[in-house]
Amino acid sequence: MDISAQKIKELKAFAIKIRIETIKETADLGFGHLGGAMSVVELLAVLYGEVMKIDPKNPDWPDRDWLICSKGHAGPAVYAALALKGYFPLEELSTLNKPGTNLPSHCDRNKTPGIDMTTGSLGQGASLAVGVALGHRLDKRDNYTYLILGDGELQEGQVWEAAMLAAHHGLDRLIAFVDYNKQQLDGYVRDINDPGDISGKFESFGWNAYKADGRDVADILDRIKSAKLAKGKPSVIVLDTIKGQGCTFAEGKLDNHHMTISREQAEEALAVLYKELEEVTGQ
Amino acid sequence: MSIKLAQGGRPDELEMRTCYCNTLMELAARDDRIVVLDADLMKSMGMMPFKLKYPDRAFDVGVQEANMIGVAAGLSATGKVPFAHSFGPFATRRCFDQVFLSAAYARLNVRIVGSDPGITAAYNGGTHMPFEDLGIMRNVPGITIIEPTDAAMLKDIVIQTADLYGVFYIRLLRRNAVRIYEDGSRFEIGKAVPLRDGTDATVFAMGYLVNESLRAADMLAEDGISLRVVNMFTLKPIDKEMIIKCAEETGAIVTAENHSIINGLGSAVAEVLSEHCPVPLRRVGVRDMFGEVGPVDYLAKRFGLTAEDVARNVREAIELKAQRKR
Ligand SMILES: Cc1ncc(C[n+]2csc(CCOP(=O)(O)OP(=O)(O)O)c2C)c(N)n1
Repeated sequence: MDISAQKIKELKAFAIKIRIETIKETADLGFGHLGGAMSVVELLAVLYGEVMKIDPKNPDWPDRDWLICSKGHAGPAVYAALALKGYFPLEELSTLNKPGTNLPSHCDRNKTPGIDMTTGSLGQGASLAVGVALGHRLDKRDNYTYLILGDGELQEGQVWEAAMLAAHHGLDRLIAFVDYNKQQLDGYVRDINDPGDISGKFESFGWNAYKADGRDVADILDRIKSAKLAKGKPSVIVLDTIKGQGCTFAEGKLDNHHMTISREQAEEALAVLYKELEEVTGQ
Repeated sequence: MSIKLAQGGRPDELEMRTCYCNTLMELAARDDRIVVLDADLMKSMGMMPFKLKYPDRAFDVGVQEANMIGVAAGLSATGKVPFAHSFGPFATRRCFDQVFLSAAYARLNVRIVGSDPGITAAYNGGTHMPFEDLGIMRNVPGITIIEPTDAAMLKDIVIQTADLYGVFYIRLLRRNAVRIYEDGSRFEIGKAVPLRDGTDATVFAMGYLVNESLRAADMLAEDGISLRVVNMFTLKPIDKEMIIKCAEETGAIVTAENHSIINGLGSAVAEVLSEHCPVPLRRVGVRDMFGEVGPVDYLAKRFGLTAEDVARNVREAIELKAQRKR
């Protein structure tokens, strides 16, 4: 199946909309984990806009594909994607992190419709994903389990315990993504504790490994399609991304993990994005 | 012990993390055994000045808390004096077996610092909000557990622990605490500090609840109730003598902690009271719940950790005391 130019346009537009809503919800509060939310936006657009078998009106549908965002602090971007897909009203996004909210700073399966797993302690989503994928296989379901890992998160040994076990069980319906934005909280991953050749490491653990341009929805979609063809092994796609990508005041900054956001900054970033959206949709 | 109380009960200008970093830099300048470790929260902890000044003695291991504690224990086996930090839940829950076996059981010498106690984890929410860290760590044989109340105490405690041996858990607010003590105050680990005298009841408080308890004492004083306030900044070893003395002298006890009442200060005090001097006890603390996201003042109300909650519990404890006499 060829991916139509129209589809790619739609996914690009969806990514911009996710980015806009994510900036709006964090700016509303005045601070948040913006850098690592921005860098997964294109991936989320591809997953929720095309790849994942889901039913927003029935978030617990047993045959749905699952997404486990192990870097749980990217929750605000996932919430934006979910709201845009109709899991809950868009207005709810402005409750992010406010008293009594269903949208806490880290993903919570018990609070947010469409969030499949509770995460926030880095590394733990990897094992959860292996468990979920094993469970689906036991149930003879053909749904996929998608897992999003941070590159700093790869420093947790638990990720590699999970990787070893997933390969051992040949979990070919588990597809992991590494958000290779090269930064973690304290600085550049290579300066702090360098994981080195990430796809090579996964390969040596028995996985299929791919690389994709994490800012290019078409490339991400392509790689996921290849990953689905590979049988007998789990797959990982290492996404070349930029922390803060697509957000004028966050992209390329060193201290963009958790940022305060002024109204002016937000407005400037949003103006750029609205313009981009116009260009993509031709409206 | 030589303690001077500060006036006013105002938030300090100095952040706790800045004080922590400054103190460690002072120590490191005169003691080359001092090393620090962090698990990708060195910036959050305000430790970059230390890292810049002593790059060889600052190990930011990345996001890997269990490994960090093991490495800290290994460093201590070669005579180094490690201070290892992460957020409270990740410095305890996430690496407990390494704390227990690699550090404590092996009789090594490690200071573990867990930041953002209880509700002060605020906007990071339930995954980052430790109501159980003290409870977990209290199970480690021989461990010393301290929650420094303000920067004056923090500085003194950090300096003292550098020359002690064993496993320490220091529960640390990163931001500005309310100033309780004057700079230069000296504390004795394991000895609780009376803050205000009183005769009708005693509140034993830790951390965030120390100032709330002082406010409760003011509120109660208006109704003619005399509340004694004692700062239980050392949870382990618990100051048994002080608990027994206050129970005998005031006949009603309240504990107040920014933590679960299970296995924290409330439990520790209850254990001493029930074995040595059973008097009415009320516990202010989180009642078997997980944390959630929000601002600190909202969370304090949500989890019953305000001065009003302390005052209400004091009244209840005094009422129980009166009932017993009837
Ligand atoms: C177990 C654990 N340790 C520490 C943290 C605090 N923390 C949150 S995000 C983060 C950095 C993560 O870096 P990375 O995985 O590269 O995420 P990204 O840069 O994509 O946001 C840290 C240390 C945590 N959430 N969980």
